[in-house]
Amino acid sequence: MTTISAPPPTKVIEPATRVGLPSPRELWHYRDLFIQLARRDISVRYKQSAVGVLWAILQPLLLGVVFSVFLGNLADVPSGNGVEYPIFALSGMVMWLFFSSSMSLASTSTVAGAELISKVYFPRIIIPLAAVVQPAFDFIFALAIVFVAMAIYGVEVGPQILLLPLLMPTALAVALGLGLWLSALHVKYRDVQIVVPFIVMVGLFITPIIYPFDLVPDDLQPLYALNPMVGVLELYRWMLFASSSWPGSIVLIPLVAGAVLLVGGAIFFQRAERSFADVI
Amino acid sequence: MATQRAIQVERVGKSYRLGTAEAPRAGMLSEQIGRALRSPLRLLGAPAAKPGPARSREFWALRDVSLEVERGEVIGLIGANGAGKSTLLKLLSHITPPTEGRISLWGRVATMLEVGTGFHPELTGRENVFLNGAILGMRRREIDAKFDEIVEFSGIEPFIDTPVKRYSSGMYVRLAFAVAANLEPEILLIDEVLAVGDADFQRRCLGKMRDVADDEGRTIVFVSHNLSAVQRLCSRSYWLHQGEIAAQGPSQDVIAAYLRRVGSHQHQGVAEIGNDVPRVGTGDARLRRVEMVAGDEPVDQVMLGQGFSLRLTFEVGEPIDDGVVELGICGPDGSRVITVHNIDGDRPPFALEPGTWVVEVGIDTTLLPGDFTLDVGLHRARGLTWDYVEQVLTFSALNVAEGSGDRYPWNVVRGSVRTPTDWAIRPANAPALRS
Repeated sequence: MTTISAPPPTKVIEPATRVGLPSPRELWHYRDLFIQLARRDISVRYKQSAVGVLWAILQPLLLGVVFSVFLGNLADVPSGNGVEYPIFALSGMVMWLFFSSSMSLASTSTVAGAELISKVYFPRIIIPLAAVVQPAFDFIFALAIVFVAMAIYGVEVGPQILLLPLLMPTALAVALGLGLWLSALHVKYRDVQIVVPFIVMVGLFITPIIYPFDLVPDDLQPLYALNPMVGVLELYRWMLFASSSWPGSIVLIPLVAGAVLLVGGAIFFQRAERSFADVI
Repeated sequence: MATQRAIQVERVGKSYRLGTAEAPRAGMLSEQIGRALRSPLRLLGAPAAKPGPARSREFWALRDVSLEVERGEVIGLIGANGAGKSTLLKLLSHITPPTEGRISLWGRVATMLEVGTGFHPELTGRENVFLNGAILGMRRREIDAKFDEIVEFSGIEPFIDTPVKRYSSGMYVRLAFAVAANLEPEILLIDEVLAVGDADFQRRCLGKMRDVADDEGRTIVFVSHNLSAVQRLCSRSYWLHQGEIAAQGPSQDVIAAYLRRVGSHQHQGVAEIGNDVPRVGTGDARLRRVEMVAGDEPVDQVMLGQGFSLRLTFEVGEPIDDGVVELGICGPDGSRVITVHNIDGDRPPFALEPGTWVVEVGIDTTLLPGDFTLDVGLHRARGLTWDYVEQVLTFSALNVAEGSGDRYPWNVVRGSVRTPTDWAIRPANAPALRS
C-alpha cells in the first residue's frame, strides 16, 4: 500500500494548552445544535403542559401581588419612579426572574447536560448559551403582562421605551457571564447548586426590585450600585415609565460588568471545558 | 492501489491523577474554600505536608498508542474492561483531550458511544430525530433530507409524533439507531451500541454498517466485547491491554491471541437462554440453560487435556419418545469441529414427558488452544427439529495443563482437536519397536 501525498488533516487533536475565547467559526458550525437545544427547552416548557406559558406569566404576577400586599400595603414600603407600588413591584419581579432564571439555568446546564458532554464532542459553551434562550422567551411573555398592567394603571410611556430591546442583551450579558463562571465551576464542584439559589435570594434584597433605589442612604449608594443589576433595574424602569428620571452614570456599571463577566466567563469556561468529560 | 489515510494516532497517552485535590472527579467548592482557609493557619504551625508527586498518583489509561487507519477500513478495538478501548475512542472523538501525543483525522467524524444520546422523553419521535441528529453533528438540512429514510429504517412510523416516553425500549432503540445509521460522516466511531436491541435488528444494523463501509468507503472504528461481530465486520483489529496495544493485525489472529491470553470472562460457563435468542425449530421444546462444568465447577475455559461436561436444561412442552440431542463444538471461525448425539453408538433416543429435563454429557477429548462455541439442538429421530440454538456458549481452551508440563511452546496451534496417539522413533537401521 502506498499512501499518496496526504492532504492536510481536517482535524488535529493535541493536548489542550490554548487559553482563549471559543472559536467563533466553530460555534457557527454548531449553530444547529444550539437551535435544537434551545428548541428542546422551549417545547418541553411550553408545549407539554397547558400551564407552560401561563406559568411564565403567573409567576411574576403572583409574586407582584404578594409583594404589593405585604410590602406595599402592610409594611408601607414606598414605591419609586413615579408609579404605583404594584406596577413597580411587578416590573421589578419580571426583570429579576429573567435574570435569576437565566443565571440559574446556565449554571446548572453543564451538569444537566452531562450525558451529552461525556458522549459527543461539540463546543461545550453551546450548552449554557442555549440554556438562556427559554428564560428570554419567558421574559417576553411576562413583559407583555407588565404592559397590560401599566395600561390598567394608566402609566404613561415615553419615547425611551423604544430602547427596551437594547436592555435585554445587557441583562443577559450579566446573567450569562455569571452563569458561565458558575457552570464551569459546577462541573467540578457540585455545591454550586446550593450557592446559586443563595445568590438569587441575596440578590433580590440588594437590588431595587421591591423597594426604590432612593431608599438606600446617599453615602451607601455608590457601593450599592456596584451590583450590576442595580444599574439594569434603574435603566429598565427609566425606559418603561415616562415618569422616571434618568438614573445617571450608574448605568455604565452593568455595561462594563456585563462585558467583563461575559468575556472572562467565556475564557474561564473554555479553559475548564477540556476536563469536563473526565470529571463530570 | 493507492490508499488514503483516515486516522493517524501518534504516541498518544492519557493520564489521570488519582488521590489528590486535582483528582478528576466532582468535589465540593466548600472543601476547596475550607482547605484555603486552613492553609494559612498551617503556615503558622507545623510545616504542611507538601502537596506534590508523593501524594498524587498518576494513572495512565493509555500510553504510547500509535495506530493508522486507511480510508474505508473497518477496524476493531478489543480488550478487557479498563484496557483503554473506550478512552481511546473518547480521544478520537475529541470528547476529552489527550495528555500527550497527537491525533490527525481526515474527514468528518461522528461518534456513537451509545444510541439515543440526548433523547428527551417528553419530546416526540420527530423532535428527537432532529435533536439527536444535531447532537451527532448533522446539519438541519441533512436531517430534513434524510428524515423519511430514518423513519422508514426505524419501522416506527405510526408513532413518530408520540412522545418517546411512551415508546417501548425496543422502539426507542430502533429510532435512535436509525438516526445514527443515517449519519454520513467519513469516519464513524462506534462503542458497544450493538449490545442493545433484538437480534433481528442487530443483524440489520451490522448489515448496514457493512454496507456503508463497503459501498461508501466509510472508515469505521468499532469497539465491542462481541468478538464474533468484530471478526465478521472488521478486517483488522487492535487489542488493547492495560493502555497499550498488545497486538494488531487481521481480526481473526488478534481475537485468537486475545482469547488465548485472557480467556473468556463473560459467561463464567453458564448461559441462560431467553426467548429472544435467534433459534430455529417448532418450539415444542426449548433449551433453557447451558452449563459447562469441569472439576465440579462451572468454567468458561478448559485446560489442555482436561475433560469437561455440559449440562443442558430443556423445557419440554409435548411428550416425545424419540428425542435426539445434538451438541456441536465450533472453532473460532464458526466451523463445526466436533458433533455428538445421544444416539451415537446405537444408543436409544430419549423419551421425554412434558416438564424440565437436564441432560448431562461428558466429553473426553482434548481441544487445542483457541476459542470455541457451542451449538445445541433437540430433534426427533424422525427428522423434525424442536429447538436449535447456535453459539449458546463461548469458551476457550488454554495452552496450559493442570499438574503436567503439557503445553505448546508456541502461540498458534493449527487445528482444533487432538486425539490420543502413540509415538515411537528409532534410528533407521534399528529393528521396529512396534509390531
